[in-house]
Amino acid sequence: MSVIAPNFKLSEFIKSLLDNAFWGLLLLVLVGVPAVFMILFFIEMPVINGELLTPFLALTWLADPSRILPVVHAFMATDIFRVMAFPGFGFAALLAAATIFVERKMLAKLQLRVGPFYCGKFEGILQLMGDGLKLISKEIIIPAKADKPIFWAAPVLFVAAAASFVAFIPVAPGWVVADVDLGLLGVFAVIGFFPIITILSAWSANSKFPFIGGIRALFQMVSFEIPLILSLLGVVMLTGSLNLSEIAASQSSFPWIVFLPIGAIVFFITMLAELERIPFDLPEAESEIVAGWLTELSGMMYGLVQLGTYLKLYAFAGLFVVLFLGGWNGPMVVPPFPAEILTDGIVMGPVTAKIPGLPLFTQEMLNGALWFVLKTVAVIFFILLPRGVFPRIRIDMLLNLGWTKLIGLAFVNIFIALGLLYAGVLGPGGLQ
Amino acid sequence: MTFNLPPGLALQKVDERIMTLNVGPQHPGSGHMRIIVQIDGDYIVACDPDPGYVHRGEEKMAEYRNYITNIPHLERPVIHDSCNILYPYVLGAEEILGIEVPERAKYVRVIASELNRCIYIMYWLAIYGIFLGHSTMFMWPAGDRELLIDLMEKMTGARVTHAHFVPGGVRNDLPPNFEDVCLRQVNYFEKRIKEYAAVFYDNPILISRTRDTGILSRQDAIRYGTTGSVLRASGVDYDLRVKEPYDVYDELDVHTNVLKEGDSYARSKIPWLDMMESCNIIRQALQKMPKSGSVRVKLKPNPKGKGLNSVYKRVESGRGSLGCYIVSDGKTEPYRVKLSVPSFRNLIALPNLLRGEKLGNMPSVYWSLNYWPVEADR
Repeated sequence: MSVIAPNFKLSEFIKSLLDNAFWGLLLLVLVGVPAVFMILFFIEMPVINGELLTPFLALTWLADPSRILPVVHAFMATDIFRVMAFPGFGFAALLAAATIFVERKMLAKLQLRVGPFYCGKFEGILQLMGDGLKLISKEIIIPAKADKPIFWAAPVLFVAAAASFVAFIPVAPGWVVADVDLGLLGVFAVIGFFPIITILSAWSANSKFPFIGGIRALFQMVSFEIPLILSLLGVVMLTGSLNLSEIAASQSSFPWIVFLPIGAIVFFITMLAELERIPFDLPEAESEIVAGWLTELSGMMYGLVQLGTYLKLYAFAGLFVVLFLGGWNGPMVVPPFPAEILTDGIVMGPVTAKIPGLPLFTQEMLNGALWFVLKTVAVIFFILLPRGVFPRIRIDMLLNLGWTKLIGLAFVNIFIALGLLYAGVLGPGGLQ
Repeated sequence: MTFNLPPGLALQKVDERIMTLNVGPQHPGSGHMRIIVQIDGDYIVACDPDPGYVHRGEEKMAEYRNYITNIPHLERPVIHDSCNILYPYVLGAEEILGIEVPERAKYVRVIASELNRCIYIMYWLAIYGIFLGHSTMFMWPAGDRELLIDLMEKMTGARVTHAHFVPGGVRNDLPPNFEDVCLRQVNYFEKRIKEYAAVFYDNPILISRTRDTGILSRQDAIRYGTTGSVLRASGVDYDLRVKEPYDVYDELDVHTNVLKEGDSYARSKIPWLDMMESCNIIRQALQKMPKSGSVRVKLKPNPKGKGLNSVYKRVESGRGSLGCYIVSDGKTEPYRVKLSVPSFRNLIALPNLLRGEKLGNMPSVYWSLNYWPVEADR
């Protein structure tokens, strides 16, 4: 029998706990609370019930349970919530983390092995956290001859570009970070940033394998961007709008994949290539060029690029859902909020709690988000699946596929859309 | 004053377009060796394989150990194919020591050798799969290989480095009930490897990637002296189990798999077909094997060779013809042991196969040569 901590003394342990608690409280009081107040000072506070919500008032209201929900409502209406939490970064990062877990377990099942198993009590569910901690704690090594500012900036820019891509995706009616009229054009603009960031990172590392990987990524992304854009033109023609929310709303009766299956297939294939996933993971082909343009990245720089990759994966899957699978549209499965709680309050024995502002989210929003997440997860599953089935293809085959077959199919898709429009099946006077 | 330097030492003119890549020894796609590749854009203009990173002096070590103690270290160059790399040495040592091997031992050796060939090819196939970016083809062979490794463990007591063949037979008799277990495992194994066709060998992406890449013509294959699967993939019907049968291979029906294309795809398919052939041979050997009898001739503690003589024996290993040349001067240790390994011979073809290929084809062409870096260095 081994002794885990031979010098363990209970008194010292309790003393260390108390020390930690003391220093934690001291730092909270001296640094944390002033910092919170300073942040609150610069944020434009909302007006609730005719009163301007000052930081002091917010603190007093937080202590009053019946007035928490209006504060939460006001917070949810701010841009910072949308960017950081729900339709934006936090939601996407959560889905991306779930994607990584599902990918590992699914691939393991496909390959007759177990996958992550020990970290966390259930099926290695904390493996991702362990990997993240490892990446954070690792030393970041910069090549001596690297162009340091650009090399440092590239992973951050990559995550920023991926997160701004996420901002365009509408999750539920009215729930989108950036509801712009030229949303699809904005998406194309953001996608156009990725090859630049990749080649910047690859070139600034001043190393041979990243350079080859970066050039490959450049070839791949540039040659697949054209079929990507062309394959989406059909949807734009049919809806007559570039606003992603309007495109999603236009599919209330049927999704566009019914009429434009070729466009959906072309978009799916180009999506795999843009995401550098197998069979199109040439920029990271480890048996040829080590890890491609990620070779010299270490520690959290690599972790940031991985985070950006999975955010991009979520964003592309969400774009596919919005454009072809009907976005948030679906049968109403979420039950309506019980009306008696609003009128009578919650009866808990002798106490009746009346909570103002209770339906935190509307029924449409919950239902839309549910359908969106279900569809997105299904698309992500199909994006992950080829990894277990296909080997990597070669760069000349890839360029041949992109420049001839996919562009041709994208034009066929455009002609189908035009035919549907001129035949009067869709558009004004048609089905909608 | 001008110097006329030999071509290898002359300074080369630096071309701005040419980039030199050191693929290995610390590279996921090289193994324990270095391939110096010069590329122009995506095309390989020159390739210089540079083995020698794992040279361990096995041949020199063999001169200081007697005929029995040579066994555990001579199998080290290819631990996954340890029975087959010992086979020629054991055959030669038997001739030098003048030993006649019992009939049952010969069958046991054939079974062990064929099982080990499958174990080696599965490992090779796993790496071929991951070199092409096919992670399922890495995991499946690595997992199914366990079936045969368990079988070898029952048979020899060790999972990988068996040291099972000794001059005069094999070290231990088969465990009881081995025949039934072996037959069952081998049948399941064969059924399992046939499933690889659906996911790997009939995969359209794999075929389009490896077809017509790294073509080795029949004449070149013979001229470079390649052996084994590389030679048979180029249309040469050459298998030592049929052409120069050793032990009891002449009593068994061995079919040689030959493909005519000579490209990476054919070279990668031949070992897979060979595994099915090995399963056939094992079934035949299990049927024809004498059910009882000795498996080992008792030797004197420190046997001496018979005077000054030399012997060259070769067998068909997982990679091709593997030869062992033993010179004896009548002492307890051999005077010289020389291994003629198939890996090194197959590697000779690599620069010519890679010239003009694309960089993306390098891993598939390189590993389709059925090459094991440690064996080439000895």
